[in-house]
Amino acid sequence: MGAQKKGATARVSEDQEELARNPLQAILLADSFATTFRPITLERPKVLLPLVNIPMIDYTLAWLESAGVEEVFVFCCAHSKQVIDYLESSQWSSQPNFSVTTIESHNSISAGDALRLIYERNVIHGDFVLISGDTMSNMSLTQVLQEHKERRKKDANAIMTMVIKKSKPSPITQQSRLGTDELFMAINPVTKQLLCYEDKAERSKGFISLDKTLIADNPSIILHNDKQDCYIDVCSQEVLSLFTDNFDYQHLRRHFVKGLLVDDIMGYKIFTHEIHSSYAARIDNFRSYDTISKDIIQRWTYPFVPDILCGSSAIKVERQGAYRASDVTLSRSAHIGSFTFIGQGTKIGNDTKISHSVVGEGCTIGSNVTIEGSYIWNNVTIEDGCQLRHAIVCDGVIMRSGAVLQPGVILSFKVVVGQQFVVPAYSKVSLLQQPTQQDSDEELEYADNTSGTGELRYKLNGDIATDLSETAYELGTGGVGYIWSVFEGAQDEEWKHSVAPIPTDKLVKLMLDKDEDEEQLTQDGNVLSASGELKADSDDNGSEDDDNADSRDDYGFFEKEVEATFLRAVHENVKVDHAVLEVNALRLSYNMASVDCAGAIFYSMMKLAVESPHHSASELHRNAADIITKWQKLLKSFLHDIDEEIEVILKFEEMCLESAKEFAALFPQVLHLLYDKEILQEDAILRWADEKEGADESDKVFLKSSEKFVQWLKEAEEEDEDD
Amino acid sequence: MDFQVVVLAGGNSKNLTPLISKDVPKPLLPVANRPVLYYVLHQLRQSNLKDLIVVVEGEDAALHVGGWISKTFVDGLHVEIAAVPEDIGTAGALRAISHHLTAKDILVVSGDLVSDVPPGAVAATHRRHDAAVTAMLCSVPVSGSLESGSSGGKDKTRKPGRYNIIGLDPCKQFLLHIATGSEIEKDSRLQKHILHAVGQMEIRSDLMDAHMYAFKRSVLQEVLDQKDTFQSLKQDIVPYLVRSQLKSEALLNGISQAEENGNEKLSSPNNQVLVSKILANASTPSFHEPYSMEPDGSAQTRKTHKCCAYIASSSSYCVRLNSIQAFMDINRDVTGEADHLLSDNIIGPSPKLGTKTTVGPHCMLGEGSEMGDKCQVKRSVIGRHCRIGSHVKIVNSVVMNHVTIGDGCIIQGSVVCSNVQLQERVVLKDCLVGAGFVVTMGNEYKGESLARKEK
Repeated sequence: MGAQKKGATARVSEDQEELARNPLQAILLADSFATTFRPITLERPKVLLPLVNIPMIDYTLAWLESAGVEEVFVFCCAHSKQVIDYLESSQWSSQPNFSVTTIESHNSISAGDALRLIYERNVIHGDFVLISGDTMSNMSLTQVLQEHKERRKKDANAIMTMVIKKSKPSPITQQSRLGTDELFMAINPVTKQLLCYEDKAERSKGFISLDKTLIADNPSIILHNDKQDCYIDVCSQEVLSLFTDNFDYQHLRRHFVKGLLVDDIMGYKIFTHEIHSSYAARIDNFRSYDTISKDIIQRWTYPFVPDILCGSSAIKVERQGAYRASDVTLSRSAHIGSFTFIGQGTKIGNDTKISHSVVGEGCTIGSNVTIEGSYIWNNVTIEDGCQLRHAIVCDGVIMRSGAVLQPGVILSFKVVVGQQFVVPAYSKVSLLQQPTQQDSDEELEYADNTSGTGELRYKLNGDIATDLSETAYELGTGGVGYIWSVFEGAQDEEWKHSVAPIPTDKLVKLMLDKDEDEEQLTQDGNVLSASGELKADSDDNGSEDDDNADSRDDYGFFEKEVEATFLRAVHENVKVDHAVLEVNALRLSYNMASVDCAGAIFYSMMKLAVESPHHSASELHRNAADIITKWQKLLKSFLHDIDEEIEVILKFEEMCLESAKEFAALFPQVLHLLYDKEILQEDAILRWADEKEGADESDKVFLKSSEKFVQWLKEAEEEDEDD
Repeated sequence: MDFQVVVLAGGNSKNLTPLISKDVPKPLLPVANRPVLYYVLHQLRQSNLKDLIVVVEGEDAALHVGGWISKTFVDGLHVEIAAVPEDIGTAGALRAISHHLTAKDILVVSGDLVSDVPPGAVAATHRRHDAAVTAMLCSVPVSGSLESGSSGGKDKTRKPGRYNIIGLDPCKQFLLHIATGSEIEKDSRLQKHILHAVGQMEIRSDLMDAHMYAFKRSVLQEVLDQKDTFQSLKQDIVPYLVRSQLKSEALLNGISQAEENGNEKLSSPNNQVLVSKILANASTPSFHEPYSMEPDGSAQTRKTHKCCAYIASSSSYCVRLNSIQAFMDINRDVTGEADHLLSDNIIGPSPKLGTKTTVGPHCMLGEGSEMGDKCQVKRSVIGRHCRIGSHVKIVNSVVMNHVTIGDGCIIQGSVVCSNVQLQERVVLKDCLVGAGFVVTMGNEYKGESLARKEK
């Protein structure tokens, strides 16, 4: 024990040295490589979008700094210029003991590309924190880093620790409160190793499959449906090189995590660290924007709350979570409800009601306006009598008097909504036209974000006015902007990720649908078990039978494939060598022995002979002879030893009995032919004859018919021996 | 306690040939000189569960078993013997005696269970949760001593004792998933909607379904009636109940309210929600209620039933006698580490031992057995009224009653059934000798199964 302790202390000091050498680094991906925040992200990068009036990236950086990270590499891709400019002008460029370095790329289309680029730069020297710029947290990294390091010492393959947090998705929508889809994770409760990560579980399937090897290896597994992935990862250096090795890894979770979990050759392991009391969440869609904004206002993210983060403009927190900047001009009759943020320089008119909302800086809000659960950014003008419910309104928007935003509306930058115009629910409105080259292929969704922006940019400055005048009616008289149409298929999904709460009728409908589904599924389950119970006794015989059946089936498929290959070879005059290669490839893919190949090829040859036109037995014989002569090399290349030759004879026998009875009469002739062509050696034929000697009478039909030939062979052999 | 106990004392005997014969049906197979059924009945009596139906396959066997029970448990147990046809499965057997079931809850125990887990605790758990079914789970027995494992063939070493895959809720009270038999070898399919309701499920492959279940009688009878294809409790009925626990209305519609009077769970769900809300702080949280609420929090429309698990502590003993290997293990354990299962002394009252004969620890000698000089007995069980000659060596073996063993025999790792005669200098290694068999002088057998031909 004492020795161990000494060792431990020695190691601790080593750690400290190591720490001294390598300051804690973090990679911050300032691009989400997704399109969920369009149309806003066409004009401004997601990390710079204000979250309760402060750009998201500030929350992330502030947390990293407080958590002891000393060096942050900010990877920017889309709108990289804006991000770099912002960081340079911000407080982060001049912090002591906290360096922020930007890495710019213009052709990265995924997190995978980003990490590969960073690997090439060779700036990461040890364990690092991988995080994207839209993640809010106030957790302490000490414990997770320590756990990670200790695991690494014991097992060099433990290369990543994921932070998870409890969050039970609604049983009705199967969606967490952050609007992300349900996530299934299997974790070993003792080691906390992540065993399975399923975020795109098929909705239609009523069950989750766990690989049997997982269960065999882990006596106890906890399958979680109530955890949320915080997208905060502590990684070892290997992670970067793994991305370089596997150049097809794009998505951090979908490809990298799942890839590691499936791959059992390298044996890399991922572990989880659950946080209980601290906050961590990622803004993935509009719903999480809404949720996290509320969390911030309600100070779950303390100390990362607006009044502390921006110390410059004094923000006062009043009762019931009402945040108010110092120089707000507020009408006496205006009513500011609870959990509301009002930014600097904003003017609010008479009888206006605002609740559960964020209003940015420099906004002008008229009289009799109702704002509920909405996010209004900076310099927005809202004229008298407007109504906003659960909407996001970006910088510079003008809403003419009496305009109404129904729940879930997104107004992108500088949109103008005409008088009395009602923007329908879940509309996304932008000055930019909707990119037309929408790629429905989900795999490519990262791609169009970056490529699309450049092309669209010019419209903003140049002929925007003329352009818009044509379609101005979309937003009523005097309105400016396009209402983006919802792509097909996504229509039903829109409400899921919107800022607006899910309407009750949707919930009821979902609930009913689910009942039906489940009914169906249970019924299916019953059917399954009903068939299963027939072989109630799970003795080994049963499973063996299954195995045999499987392999028989396999052979059937294999034979068909070989036949198809052979026929193609015949018709297209493929060279024998190539045919050999192809059959060999088939053999490997079906996991067959060369005995099977010989049988299958011979079968195909004879079948071809039978199927080619013939009128008499002699013509059939000639057909067979032609084919055998032409393709003997193919057959011979699979006849390495006597067993395979015997297999050919047996196969032939089987054919004569079943599929090609015409050959029955020709059996001895063909056998002789095969002998003449040196496809079969006399040993093989004699062995076959010997084996058959003891068989049933019915089995001996062909032995008898070829008796003479066999006899002759025997004599020849004896003569040889005499010589 | 209003509990009726059904002891399923039938069972396939093919795994246990040649130990079982017409004269010795499986329930009466002696384990450490007592019929295996004794262990179950003893535990039931200890738990004060005295209203029993013992179901036996075949009339003859029923007579045998009945005779033995009336002789042994004269006091305290109220036992009915029911004979059912052979090969109708456990569910079939229950169906056959269904009309005898009257109590509110039914405890179904397999007659071949040798365990020190109190059945009363299972029954109590069942009652406490007001469950539709409660299954007793125990740790997977450390099957076979290591040396026998190696001889058991590749198959057994490949999958070290996985009997069930079991899903439990975080409090380990509810049974959420159960896979038996051939399903274990496949990828597990876990039902999402149960997972949604409960949030997290622990999947254990180190637990075994010990085939002791408490059922609510109404539920059991309903399932038996409706699903007439179900044959096995373990493979059909229990998995079915577990699978459908969150939407049992289709199943339990037929239950009249009057019958379920005392049980607000099924008949008045609203009430249940209220009750669960009131108890929310005090009682153990259950995922069944919140799940069944409508989104607007109004009345609950779905009916659920609870499937509970009673997990025996890892130190308890629990093995089913369903193979020769298990038979050997149980004999060894009952005389050895789990000797608390036997209430009385190990060496019978009047063994006559010759000079220089040694009987090692973990051995058992039945009453009236005699041994000659210079014998050695190690880790073995010897039945009643056996005559054992001189210079006999018995190691790791089971010798049943009325066996005659000649001088100089060596018996290792074998089972010798009743009335067997071993003549002089017989050597048996890993053999099974059926009842009444005679091994002639000087023969040596290894790994064989010897049985008299049925007349």
